[in-house]
Amino acid sequence: MAIPKGTIVEPGSSKKNKTGSWRTERPVFKHDTCTDCRICVLICPDGIIFGSDHVYDADFDYCKGCGMCATECPVDDIDMVPEVK
Amino acid sequence: MAEQAVKKKKKTKPPVTESLLAPGHRACAGCGEALGAKLVMDAAGPNTYVTTCTGCLEVFSTPYPESAWKMPWIHSLFENSSAVAAGIEAALIAQGRDKDVNIIAQGGDGGTADIGIGCLSGMLERGHNILYVCYDNEAYMNTGVQRSGLTPFDARTSTTPVGKRSMGNQTNKKNLPEIAAAHGIPYSATATVGYPNDVIRKVQKALKIKGPKFLQIHVPCPLGWIHPTDQTIEVAKLAVLTGLIPIFEMEDGKLTRVRKIGKNRKPVEEYLKAQGRFRHLFKGTPEAEAELEKVRQIAEANIEKYGLA
Amino acid sequence: MKEFIEGSMAVARGVAVCRPHVVSAYPITPQTHIVEHLSELVADGILDSQFINVESEFGAASVVLGAAAAGGRAFSATTSQGLLLMGEVLYNISGMRLPLVITVANRAVSAPINIWNDHSDAMVFRDAGWIMLFAEDNQEVHDMHIQAYKIGETREISLPVMVNMDGFILTHAYEPVDTISQKDADDFLPPFDPVVKLDVDNPLTMGPLGEPQWYLETRYRIQQAMLEAKPVVKQVAKEFKEKFGRWYGDVIDGYRMDDAEIVYVAMGSICGTIKDTIDELRDKGEKVGLLKIRMFRPFPGEEIIDALKDKQKVIVLEKALSLGASGMLSDEIKAAFYATPHRPEISSTFAGLGGRDISKTSLADLYHKVKGERQDNMFVDLKEELV
Ligand SMILES: Cc1ncc(C[n+]2csc(CCOP(=O)(O)OP(=O)(O)O)c2C)c(N)n1
Ligand code: SF4
Ligand code: SF4
Ligand SMILES: [Mg+2]
Repeated sequence: MAIPKGTIVEPGSSKKNKTGSWRTERPVFKHDTCTDCRICVLICPDGIIFGSDHVYDADFDYCKGCGMCATECPVDDIDMVPEVK
Repeated sequence: MAEQAVKKKKKTKPPVTESLLAPGHRACAGCGEALGAKLVMDAAGPNTYVTTCTGCLEVFSTPYPESAWKMPWIHSLFENSSAVAAGIEAALIAQGRDKDVNIIAQGGDGGTADIGIGCLSGMLERGHNILYVCYDNEAYMNTGVQRSGLTPFDARTSTTPVGKRSMGNQTNKKNLPEIAAAHGIPYSATATVGYPNDVIRKVQKALKIKGPKFLQIHVPCPLGWIHPTDQTIEVAKLAVLTGLIPIFEMEDGKLTRVRKIGKNRKPVEEYLKAQGRFRHLFKGTPEAEAELEKVRQIAEANIEKYGLA
Repeated sequence: MKEFIEGSMAVARGVAVCRPHVVSAYPITPQTHIVEHLSELVADGILDSQFINVESEFGAASVVLGAAAAGGRAFSATTSQGLLLMGEVLYNISGMRLPLVITVANRAVSAPINIWNDHSDAMVFRDAGWIMLFAEDNQEVHDMHIQAYKIGETREISLPVMVNMDGFILTHAYEPVDTISQKDADDFLPPFDPVVKLDVDNPLTMGPLGEPQWYLETRYRIQQAMLEAKPVVKQVAKEFKEKFGRWYGDVIDGYRMDDAEIVYVAMGSICGTIKDTIDELRDKGEKVGLLKIRMFRPFPGEEIIDALKDKQKVIVLEKALSLGASGMLSDEIKAAFYATPHRPEISSTFAGLGGRDISKTSLADLYHKVKGERQDNMFVDLKEELV
């Protein structure tokens, strides 16, 4: 029997749903003063800040524009700007 | 050769990898519960079986045919994630599949402290090797912000509305971590997404302990608490720094560690003012002032009881 | 091996040879002896299962749900209030297509609280997506469990099975039972090989939210699986007969039906008393028979029509009713006959509710009344002075 539809889902398949369209503001990662602390990575509720070595960026397919990363960045290296689409 | 060596030295951390709670889930922007679950899953790792109560966490993460979970995960009902986890543990043991795996049962404050407390108590008392995680956003958010047993004093919810004869919820938060600890379990603790590294530490510590473990994570809900979406961490920290949400660990029934607030202590007003659900306490009337005084007393009692000063 | 054992022990032994990974249940009369016996088998090392003592039937049902989701063979037992408390989980188990077995020691439902037998508890869940079997005696109930696992675990079916046995009348009765040996059981029932299971090596999500664009088809699929279960139940009964030599009918069974003009229809242990009554009536020249319903879900409508279509009158004797409507069994038999040209006259009668004794005299009286005229929603042995 095939996997019963409606009762089983593939892991991580939520990635089909691009939540980036919800955004009214977007974080701009300035890459100026970043200390590589990764607080933004840690606290993004959607887990969509990627990068390495002082260079981090949001995956805008999913970023909901909550602004938490900008508020929590201890060196003010992330700005929130209005989304223009 | 030399160039490569320099590069290697600079690259101190590996690139960020995707979380075990995948993106694309439908949690509100700035959801503390989504952040809490992300931290817990990544702390636990992929060899983890997860059961989840009905609630925001389940609804926003698994609308068919999508799922944000990258480990084996099951939702059954609002009130039984602890019992379902117990059944999973039993079946894994019987099949010899229980080596080197974790089992986490989780739910919201409603699914845990209210309707699911019977199943939770059974799970804790029977000694299963399971970590229960309660995401405490202090109301039934999934159904539209109704009061739960963990809703704080004076909070406005949709079933404790503020009116001529009401200042919101008139009961105190049920002390669920101590109720859990009273089962004689080896580990019961509180944490908050305001201090994410502490969440990770506690999950990893708990998972190393054999037997039933309980962890209650304070998770702000911008929608239900009425605060801007970027303020989730700030609000969570203020809850701790005012003494309203004590962060502690209990091992074998004894208080073993607390997060001191000491000189960083903030007046409760700072926490309350940050949220729309307490707006009615700032009308400046004698009634509102009397209520504020009661909230101050709650903070005072926590600081005294848990030695937070 | 023939053994003189209690009905509850017949269940426990029938379950034990199925090698369940997980057993979880909560005490409630008259089911309690079943779990007590199972816990003894575990304590004595005869049964290598995880036995989970829970805080409620709701917990027990949730534990076996989790166990089945993790690929384990799981068992629980309950009755009456306990079954009702499981209700929410019962729908979940079938909705998630988890083939476990729960035995119901059928008992009346409170209020007033009553620990004695009728079928009011099980019939509440006739719409819940469970295959429902009813046993007539302790040999049949012993044999029914291994069949139940084989039916439910058939991959195309993947549905839970409720084994019903009359509380006290069977659970507490001592009878000789030919018990199934472990070797024979292992030959008959293969290990549980579920279609899906929770597994860290293949991490699936179970129990997602089913929005309107998806939910309806989940019901369609359960309905299809239910329909497909009917031939499977028959096949398993046949295989069982070939292996063990015992036969109870497949989904229905007839007794002295060939030339019968009036036929009783019933489920469970009362079929034994009805057979004795029929023998006595036959001695007096009455052309009477019995149609025993072994399986209530999926509903064996075609088989029932086939068995009853040439009969003059049918007496459906039910141990439950839908208050404000009629008997569930008789209503469904009537509905099954709706589209057929020849319909027997059907009387709906309720008997034995809350453990009231049903005597051969009452059954014979009922026969003569129905022979005279159709009885509708008739309470057998109703005490007018108490009404
Ligand atoms: C038996 C039952 N009663 C009520 C509900 C409705 N219900 C679903 S989720 C929910 C509230 C969830 O609150 P909580 O557990 O705090 O989780 P949150 O959504 O806040 O994360 C309620 C009342 C239900 N699904 N099942
Ligand atoms: S704005 Fe919110 S969702 Fe977007 S990257 Fe920052 S924290 Fe993540
Ligand atoms: S309502 Fe609250 S808990 Fe629910 S998804 Fe939104 S922010 Fe999270
Ligand atoms: Mg909640």
